[in-house]
Amino acid sequence: MSEPLVFHFDVDGENFTSAGQASTQVKKNLRQLGLSPEIIRRVSIAMYEGEINMVIHADGGTADVIVSDDGIDIVLKDQGPGIPNVEQAMQEGFSTATDSIRSLGFGAGMGLPNMKRYTDSMNIDTVVGEGTTVTMRVDL
Amino acid sequence: MKVNELLSHGFESLSLPDGEREIDGVYIGDLLSWVMGRAQMDNAWITIMTNVNVIAVASLADTSCVILAEDVDMPEDLVQTAREKDVNILRSPDPIYETALRLAALIA
Repeated sequence: MSEPLVFHFDVDGENFTSAGQASTQVKKNLRQLGLSPEIIRRVSIAMYEGEINMVIHADGGTADVIVSDDGIDIVLKDQGPGIPNVEQAMQEGFSTATDSIRSLGFGAGMGLPNMKRYTDSMNIDTVVGEGTTVTMRVDL
Repeated sequence: MKVNELLSHGFESLSLPDGEREIDGVYIGDLLSWVMGRAQMDNAWITIMTNVNVIAVASLADTSCVILAEDVDMPEDLVQTAREKDVNILRSPDPIYETALRLAALIA
């Protein structure tokens, strides 16, 4: 592989129960590329957490996954409310999810920490009132 | 131990598209992000959650099977989704602790 492969997804903010479609598709695509199960697992979980965040907090957004020879880059972009305090949001257990979200099993305050845990680098670019772009990379 | 071997030990099959899969360890939890952060690949995952996100988490976290404790009900359309997504789902009549004890004895 020399040219990077790019997969683009629109994440539907209205449809909470179908959240995970983009991550599931990425998992399939990475499997077809013959990547190791552990790499696929790390990318899938990091992306799913990001997808869930966009659905819960930002009314959806877009996800781009770029596969190149030396790594997989994931770019999640939304036009949601932004994150006022990134340091606080990165702490395990901190969550602003509502009770109805919690009743579905989310809102444990582990989303962003999991995204960091499963990727080799992660950057959050956020402006309150404008939106958030999360960029993650898994090295190959 | 393989997932389908559990069927002869009091576990009921709801969805078993990949019964030959080996179980390596067990994880217990209902908070989905917690499970994604802590469960290991090939773990059997015991939970009482039965919404569609459980299927996504099991698939993406690559657990060997989901075991629903306490005979909790999973709607048929979700069971169908699990089959389509290659996610094994079993059910146990026992509470989580007793289910885990039985599993521990079997996979030891």
